[in-house]
Amino acid sequence: MNGFWLVVGRDLALARRQGGESGLALLFFVLGTVLFPLGIGPETQMLARAGAGLLWIMALLAVLLSLERLFQTDFEDGSLDLLIMAPLAASLTVLAKCLAHWLATGLPMVVTAPLLAIMLAMDPAGLGALTLAMLLATPTLSLIGAIGAALTVGARRGGVLLTLLVLPLYIPVLIFGAGAVEASVAGPGAKGHFMILGALLLMAATLAPPAAAAALRHALE
Amino acid sequence: MLEARDLTCVRAERVVFAGLGFRLSAGEALLVTGPNGSGKSSLLRLLAGLLPRAAGQVLWHGTAIDDDLAAYRTGVHYLGHLDAAKPALTVAQNLAFWAGLHGVAAERVMPALASFGLDGLASLPARFLSAGQRRRLALARLAAIPASLWLLDEPTIALDRENVRASEAAIARHRAQGGLAVVSSNVAIALPDAHGLDLADFAGRGIAWPDDEAVP
Amino acid sequence: MLHRFANPARFLRIARWVVPWSASLGLVSGAAGLYLGLAGSPADYQQGDTVRIMYVHVPAAWMALAAYATMALASAVALIWKHPLADLIAKSTAPIGATFTAIALITGALWGQPTWGTWWVWDARLTSVLILLFLYVGYLALWNAFDDPTRAARAAAVLALVGVVNLPIIKFSVDWWNTLHQPASVLKIGGPTIHPAMLTPLLLMALAFLCYFITLLLLRVRGELAARKLRALQAARAEG
Repeated sequence: MNGFWLVVGRDLALARRQGGESGLALLFFVLGTVLFPLGIGPETQMLARAGAGLLWIMALLAVLLSLERLFQTDFEDGSLDLLIMAPLAASLTVLAKCLAHWLATGLPMVVTAPLLAIMLAMDPAGLGALTLAMLLATPTLSLIGAIGAALTVGARRGGVLLTLLVLPLYIPVLIFGAGAVEASVAGPGAKGHFMILGALLLMAATLAPPAAAAALRHALE
Repeated sequence: MLEARDLTCVRAERVVFAGLGFRLSAGEALLVTGPNGSGKSSLLRLLAGLLPRAAGQVLWHGTAIDDDLAAYRTGVHYLGHLDAAKPALTVAQNLAFWAGLHGVAAERVMPALASFGLDGLASLPARFLSAGQRRRLALARLAAIPASLWLLDEPTIALDRENVRASEAAIARHRAQGGLAVVSSNVAIALPDAHGLDLADFAGRGIAWPDDEAVP
Repeated sequence: MLHRFANPARFLRIARWVVPWSASLGLVSGAAGLYLGLAGSPADYQQGDTVRIMYVHVPAAWMALAAYATMALASAVALIWKHPLADLIAKSTAPIGATFTAIALITGALWGQPTWGTWWVWDARLTSVLILLFLYVGYLALWNAFDDPTRAARAAAVLALVGVVNLPIIKFSVDWWNTLHQPASVLKIGGPTIHPAMLTPLLLMALAFLCYFITLLLLRVRGELAARKLRALQAARAEG
């Protein structure tokens, strides 16, 4: 298990030192969200109605943006060969990299989302649900995205392709994530939504690492 | 003991080499040569279990490596064309990560760096290293992490004469301790009493179907 | 059993024998289904003649799913037994399945316009089928993203399997999200509620679509084998 945390630590150190990518994803999340009122108008009623869905879509896109490099840099500099050969099982390496990716990109978004929601005039009753739903769902986005990132390692135009492959798989997260906010604002509460988001996270945590590991092994062939 | 039997390698549907075999005992080395595209890198990746074999077997101490690939790999060093150095981490951090991943104590990092003359650069981010220095960082991994089989793909590329000698000495020490080495190189490298393997002798032709249809 | 068909030469022999039969059966059942569907069956008491779009729409939607299942199965075989013929079958299935999906969507829109008064509604089944189309498109794009066909085949196979695990989850989410479409009426528990005069042409058309799928699939695999042989000959020339 020591190796697992070493990989997490290394990826976090790289994310911090290279500064760029994870910070850029957060910036993209903020900037994209801020653009929407400029596009659809500043009426608070409309913003409040569209806010949750909008934040979720921006979160999906921002995560995707940062996923392209998840395995690609390790592939390009030869680290991936050594990671696959190392004693740590490949699916645990993937899981560690997903955890680091989430800590560097998902978590800052979870923290930022309520602030943006206030700017979008969202009902305060939905803020708690939004944060909790994001906390449950952003790791799922990293995990599912890891499959796409592993499949497109070494591909031509990997980034665009990654978006095409992964976005359809993100639909359940989008539906239940945005639904959670809506349900808690409308009244009935979002317990069911949280449970489904939790189930999606558990499924992704068990199924995505082996799938991504298999894709990575094939990428090195 | 490492033994390869009747190895066939297929890349992008083409047969790269076929019917390749060799046998290495403790302390022995194999020098792999051959023209460009003859499959030197492929052979090393295949021995590392990174590439699938189209046919044949690789035996490590008499058992097929696929039986327990993870266990086999713990005793193997693979040094490819790329140096796996992260520009944002320091030289010492780069090596310490791989050492830690293999459960090797951190104390072994500095002596390993010193054996390739990198101890003075230990706290420098790897982005400032020259190609030769990065290669030495990759070679220092061999010194830091014990493994009984070394698979080295053009290990001396980008090295100056002094460091070529240092790497030859490292391979010699490894063999003296009973280690095995498979080295591919198209430049002169001193490997006393090494077996030779010229891949031109095993060049494959055409395309492979898994069954009987021979094309063309 | 598997490897008896996996040999390309044997596969080509079987394909040469099957294609004329599946093509003729498809033509006959298609002609009969179209005649019964367009002339020999009653109009719907609510929807009038518009209901006849069903004879194309429903079989296309069935085949869109069946093709995805075929693709996933072939991908699993390709990953487990590492047989290139299974890769070629999966690859050849995708464009056919994507086309069936597109046909289902287009005829659905044509049906929706007179029935619901709009070309597109964000109804659960329409949305699911649209997502299925995106999965097909992603699969095809992945095949084209690599120079090495072996690498492309492996990645595409993993994607097809990931997709097949995700399809039910996506379907469930979308169903939950919105349901406006009329409930399924043929495969409902307790037997079909559709009138027999409509069921016969529907099943005939489904048979015709299935035969068309098989014929086209075999022809495409034949084409892929020829392309592979061509690549081999070119490679041989490069070697001199």
